[in-house]
Amino acid sequence: MLNFLQQLINGLSIGSVYALMAVGYSLVYSIMNFSNFAHGGVIMFGAYFGFFFMTLYKFPFSVAFIASGIAAAILAVLVERVAYRPLRNRRAPFLYFIISAMGVSIFLENIVIATIGPNFKTYPEVFSVQPIKLGSMAIGRIDLMMFVISAVCLAFLIYLIDFTKIGKAIQATAYNMRASALMGINTDMIILIVFGLGGFLAGLAGVLFGMKYTVYPQIGNITLKSFIAAVFGGLGSIQGAVIGSILLGIIETITSGYISSQYRDLIAFALLIFILIVRPMGLMGKVTEDKA
Amino acid sequence: MLSWYYIKGILTLAGIYLLPVLGLSLLTGFTGLFSFGHAGFMAIGGYTTAFMMVKLNLPLIPSLIIGGLFAALASFIIGKLTLNLKGDYFCIATLGFGEAIRLILDNVQYFGGARGWPGLPLKTTLTTVVIIDIIAVILLRNIVNSRHGRNMIAVREEELASSVIGINVFKHKMMSLIISAFYAGLGGGLLATYLGFLQPKMFSLVRSTELTIIVIFGGLGSITGSVVGTLILIALPEILRSFANWRLVVYGIIVVFIITARPEGLFGGKELSFNFLKGLFKRSVSKARGEN
Repeated sequence: MLNFLQQLINGLSIGSVYALMAVGYSLVYSIMNFSNFAHGGVIMFGAYFGFFFMTLYKFPFSVAFIASGIAAAILAVLVERVAYRPLRNRRAPFLYFIISAMGVSIFLENIVIATIGPNFKTYPEVFSVQPIKLGSMAIGRIDLMMFVISAVCLAFLIYLIDFTKIGKAIQATAYNMRASALMGINTDMIILIVFGLGGFLAGLAGVLFGMKYTVYPQIGNITLKSFIAAVFGGLGSIQGAVIGSILLGIIETITSGYISSQYRDLIAFALLIFILIVRPMGLMGKVTEDKA
Repeated sequence: MLSWYYIKGILTLAGIYLLPVLGLSLLTGFTGLFSFGHAGFMAIGGYTTAFMMVKLNLPLIPSLIIGGLFAALASFIIGKLTLNLKGDYFCIATLGFGEAIRLILDNVQYFGGARGWPGLPLKTTLTTVVIIDIIAVILLRNIVNSRHGRNMIAVREEELASSVIGINVFKHKMMSLIISAFYAGLGGGLLATYLGFLQPKMFSLVRSTELTIIVIFGGLGSITGSVVGTLILIALPEILRSFANWRLVVYGIIVVFIITARPEGLFGGKELSFNFLKGLFKRSVSKARGEN
């Protein structure tokens, strides 16, 4: 029982970081209806930004943390400019967007390998590794930080989307881009904001992830799992992405705790196929209609 | 550097990859379905072929065909479950399938697990590959020009309209998927008996993406494009090998550039046939006359 609770806590903490990544996929999907596979590259860059801000420029953690978020946001907006805007202007089918995204992600991953190198980098120790004892349970300080920071960011994001004017404009654009453009919403601006927001959270997630584990160019393979979480919760739904991520995090830690850590990734992909067969719109996604 | 031995190696490799590319060309170029899981079909074909040859001592050609059939069977099952999905959900499902196959193979110790399976018989030569390629191209051309092929193109152009005029959309998507998986399985089998080594890592998501990229680079809806695209994109990384780390960076840039600047690829919808050459010749002659 105690072991189970321990796994649950670990799952919550890893799931909350997945959520920070997954909302980026969902935000873009809600507006542009395609899976932005370049998001993984942005997360990876976020992790590297944080690493260099802290080791090379000796920024204090909080400054480095925010700065990497901003840098990743700029990167995400740049990606949109270069790789998606020409396609959008031409009204290309969504599959072209996916290919373009794949190209960007190959580029981002390999430019890091070519310039920085494929080696693993370890973050300097920010929080002590000494866990907090709660009775006989141990909670890692980093895990706790990951959970708290993610929860705050996600709460802010949901507030932004649901209660502010910009959020309403994002919702309207997601509902119908052309109609909202006719209503005077600058949809190009909205798309920039969405990419910026997604990128900012991706940067933060990258730093948290790098702190907990290490930084390396193939970190994108892990971000693929946050994409699974987004599909699981329902692509295009922010709340869905959060719930899907938390559930996936818990499922993963319980699998590795009770079955074998070798099957952790397999379970994630099996879950992806299962959810697509049983309920393709995910737990909370919109019912996709036939657009003919 | 340019010894015949070296060129032969590149040509054989290109010839082997041509098979999955041709299959994917039918699925993507002619039927309008995208797949990010064809490396999974290659893996099934490769491991089945290797199993037939090593454990059951069958000769090359029957083993290859059985490998292809197993890949086709897998595609039938996955297609039955997911071909009804709308939008990019089918493509996400194939992504999940491909990765799941890789992760399963990672854990099957009978086939060597993640460490790989060395010591397979080296039976594939350039001649075998070229003969199989020629048969595959002719067969594919006939399929595309048949009634079924035309129905597939109709499905690509407008799904709803083609179902209204009595085309069984699901059946034609399924046929296309099965044939393309069979081709991919053959390619996997040839790869196994050419390299003499199999490893699940060879069939990752990146490989699937690469195949799709080649099809798009060559041009959707063109068999010629797929052949030329394979020759260029398989040879290109080899030529760029001296740049080692930078070649995939260049590769990523090329992909984004092609997709944003020339989405129809090299030969979008066009075929290099005798008639086409004749037409080209006539046009250039009349142009030359007009200028005089």
